[in-house]
Amino acid sequence: MKMRFKIFRFDPEVDKEPRYQSYVVSAEPRERILDCLNRIKWEQDGSLSYRMSCGHGVCGSDGMRINGTCGLACQKLVKEYAGTETEVVLEPLPHFKVMKDLIVDMESFLGGVGFFQPYLISRAPAPEKERPQSPAEQKKIEEVIRCILCACCTGACPVMDENPAYVGPAALVWAYRYIFDSRDEEFMERLKRADFKNGVWSCVNYFECTRVCPKKIPVTKSINLIKREIKKVFGEGSQAE
Amino acid sequence: MVFKHDVTIVGAGLAGLRAALEIAGSADVALISKVYPTRSHSGAAQGGIAAALGNEEPDSWEWHMYDTIKGGDYLTDQEVAEILARDAPRAVYELEHLGVPFNRTPEGKIAQRAFGGHTRNFGEAAVKRACYASDRTGRVIMDSLYFEVGRKGIKTYAEFQVLDLILRDGRVAGLVVHELATGEIHFIHSRVVLFATGGFGKVYKTTSNAFANTGDGVYLALRAGIPLEDMECVQFHPTGIYGLGVLLSEAARGEGGVLRNSNGERFMERYAPTIKDLASRDIVSRAIYTEIREGRGIGGKDYVHLDLTHLGEKRLAERLSDISSFVQIYLGLDPAKDLIPINPTCHYMMGGIPVNVNGQVLSATHEPVPGLYAAGECSCISLHGANRLGCNSLLDLVVFGRRAGEKMLEDLKNLPWTEPPGHPERPTEERIRQLKERKAGEKTGKLRSSLQQIMTRDFAVFRHEETMALGLSEIRAIRNACAEIALDNHGMAFNTDLTDALELESLLGLAEIIAVSAMARTESRGAHSREDYPERDDENWLKHTLAQRTEDGPPRIFYKPVSITRFQPKPRAY
Repeated sequence: MKMRFKIFRFDPEVDKEPRYQSYVVSAEPRERILDCLNRIKWEQDGSLSYRMSCGHGVCGSDGMRINGTCGLACQKLVKEYAGTETEVVLEPLPHFKVMKDLIVDMESFLGGVGFFQPYLISRAPAPEKERPQSPAEQKKIEEVIRCILCACCTGACPVMDENPAYVGPAALVWAYRYIFDSRDEEFMERLKRADFKNGVWSCVNYFECTRVCPKKIPVTKSINLIKREIKKVFGEGSQAE
Repeated sequence: MVFKHDVTIVGAGLAGLRAALEIAGSADVALISKVYPTRSHSGAAQGGIAAALGNEEPDSWEWHMYDTIKGGDYLTDQEVAEILARDAPRAVYELEHLGVPFNRTPEGKIAQRAFGGHTRNFGEAAVKRACYASDRTGRVIMDSLYFEVGRKGIKTYAEFQVLDLILRDGRVAGLVVHELATGEIHFIHSRVVLFATGGFGKVYKTTSNAFANTGDGVYLALRAGIPLEDMECVQFHPTGIYGLGVLLSEAARGEGGVLRNSNGERFMERYAPTIKDLASRDIVSRAIYTEIREGRGIGGKDYVHLDLTHLGEKRLAERLSDISSFVQIYLGLDPAKDLIPINPTCHYMMGGIPVNVNGQVLSATHEPVPGLYAAGECSCISLHGANRLGCNSLLDLVVFGRRAGEKMLEDLKNLPWTEPPGHPERPTEERIRQLKERKAGEKTGKLRSSLQQIMTRDFAVFRHEETMALGLSEIRAIRNACAEIALDNHGMAFNTDLTDALELESLLGLAEIIAVSAMARTESRGAHSREDYPERDDENWLKHTLAQRTEDGPPRIFYKPVSITRFQPKPRAY
């Protein structure tokens, strides 16, 4: 079948303003949107730039906005968009600075994750073998360890529209990851770190992050569990909701 | 620009990250990654990491060592397998201490499961040796090591593509790199370079590998005169999603999944009576193609079924959730209810840059090249022999990544700075200028696609002299056409059109070496299966292939012996 695309273009060397360019490619219903992008790039227009690597939703490179919804181009199939006469619109992730076409600057995003110290902190000398952890304790983090840092949640978050200083949902997923890891010794400090206006308290439960997450992480629920824990430990926390 | 670092590590997958952690704080180390950090292909490893912890049932490092050697069809250097198997428990506990979220046993220990070729008591029955975090083991290990690297403040050059290795008088002087965001070419002056650039499955059409897996480091070593080792040994993983090649972990069979042909028969019972679906990957892949050739593919087509329907939704959710989602997304099927169409997919390169057990790259005379190291899939330490055992690759990365790190640190004391020749970046700049100036010519995508089809047709699971000879001549024709590539994109910022063209040169160079190495080995061993020479021939072929570029002729092929310490070769049955 024929697929029509309208793709966001911006080359900092020549373009003052972003523009949109239309393409038509043949595609099979089971193919990925990424396959269409590759066909455009390899057969029609090598000047188009986007990131990709694993092609099956593990590396997190090809997060973008597809017909207004953030997702991975390698996880969305042609058949989901077929049958409409209108073009499929591909745009870079919102809330990110565009470097070229569909490629965005991820530095501040990773900085936000880094703010929450996404590594195990343990001062006790490591035992000879593994640190014990029960299956129930491991289960608490089982869903959040699926995060692939694709940034679809942060791109989709409506709060980010009005408050770019919000750390965003992905960073809070990583905060959760270590707050609720039974092996970590910084539980209180980690809770305090998340307890600020542009931390957990900016989230007002739009659930867009949860809806778009390619790995089906209950992102909003995880943020709410951090809030609940803060209230449990510190009373109201630094900010009321 | 010119940057300067004592140690430059190319590749931020597990081997590169683990080596960097070993050096951090003791010397100035930098990491270069072609893809954005955390996108490296180690993250796609699913099923687990092997270690004889004995958490679920009795196990021993000797059994692990034996399985590794037998899995490699005796092309494994045995002292390397011994280092790996002995060090494995320490390496896995170290990862746990760094926070890797492994699944757990009811007693709170690291959970383990069965995997292909992992056996108790030298082949008696399957054993649970694979430590795992659901089916995203590689990803969670990589994230843990990546953020540890960040914590240690290691300088990372994200989205820098390495384009030249600069040696002077046989010593490392540094690297020429391409900054993708700006298009600028830089020189990184270094006393020590570690290649950890991964595999090159992208020489094949159907592969579990990422688009980035184009073997850049391996090709640069070849171009610099280093011979490449055992390049004919290419692993095809039995269970790729039909048509797509996306990997469905061996853990699916470790958890009890079985393969079925068009009669619904569990055909692996005929090929490997003892451990059936958990035989080594080369054997299972050949069995699948044999079923297909004999007319028992599903609906007469070129695939068979992976049956997970008896595992139950709970086990699929807890232990195989990623692959369940792949099946759902790409095939629209529910693994709890539906049979899954699969066929083999190019997965892993056993061959690569020859190194010793400390990661030192070896020259054509088997001497270390001063300042040059390699680790991980891009290297050939002769651990995986002619067929890698599942879960040994993640282990290889952390065990030998660490050892390379230790050795680099030790050698730094004696390695002086080597001044590069004047303007080391000039040849690379010239090459790019020529590419950009050509107004009309071949398209990279078309040539790459032809190459991938030839490799899949003539150098995959079964090989034959006649078809390989045809394939090799076609590879060389594409290489000639490659000199006529014209780009659509003449800009600087994220010129992925240019990146693709430069990568194709790597793929073509490596494809030729795979081809000549495969044609030279006139026997069948592990993943290298010759229809015209179907038997293993220990008398003549218990040796490693080395293939080196020559000035203007075909590559020179020569050999070095396999090291056998404990286990004498014997017929291989599972």
